[in-house]
Amino acid sequence: MSAAENQVTYGKCNNPHGHGHNYMLEVTVSGPVDHSTGMICNLVDLDQVVEREVLFRYNLENLNTLQEFAVTVPTTENLCIQIFEILQRGFPHAHLDKVRLEETMMNSFEYTGGQELQY
Amino acid sequence: MVYLTRKAEFAASHYYHNPAFSPEENQRIFGKCNNPNGHGHNYTLEVTVKGEVDPRSGFVVDLKQLKEVMNREVLDAMDHRFLNKEVPEFLTQIPTTENIAIAVWQRLEPKLRNASLHRVRVYETPNLFVDFYGKDS
Repeated sequence: MSAAENQVTYGKCNNPHGHGHNYMLEVTVSGPVDHSTGMICNLVDLDQVVEREVLFRYNLENLNTLQEFAVTVPTTENLCIQIFEILQRGFPHAHLDKVRLEETMMNSFEYTGGQELQY
Repeated sequence: MVYLTRKAEFAASHYYHNPAFSPEENQRIFGKCNNPNGHGHNYTLEVTVKGEVDPRSGFVVDLKQLKEVMNREVLDAMDHRFLNKEVPEFLTQIPTTENIAIAVWQRLEPKLRNASLHRVRVYETPNLFVDFYGKDS
């Protein structure tokens, strides 16, 4: 896009010095309850994967400098899709239903891997 | 497909009354909400739209435009209004949270560009909300 088009499309978000958000991430998984543990999956395992694969990579980072955002814009839409794909690869112990990402208290984004949102 | 939800808050007053009911029936069915002087709520509106991410902009929909549409079509009409007397839909319908959600859907759905409306959620209080997914769902 031209400089003018960037300004029209992104407004204040086009400031080249960047700006920060306190993102809030929700990960929804589903699966049958294991009879011996009473759990769908071990939450400690899920926490570790989210910590290692998502938070370590993105927390307090300038998203524009990361390889996955070298050619795509780090909108919350695209970040949501990235996180879904990372967790789908990294957490095989339950079905990943949804990644929900709050950018601010007033807006949020949900990605279900292309499935219709059920709830 | 990505789903995007934008929140807004508005304050409005209403009361519940059906002229087809007797005063006793209105009182029995609607209770305290039947007081003709009305009562207020701080409503929270959540509008969810869905669409494919535009590869150029990275957006499903321009959030600023969505906010403007919500302001123009819903908040300008309902915020700080007595719904029964000032909002056309509620001259003939009771302004329950159910009917508010439907009215919001009908106001927004024809005005959205580049994305389709998925859900309208209206919180009347933090403990009570209504979801509307359109008449075919």
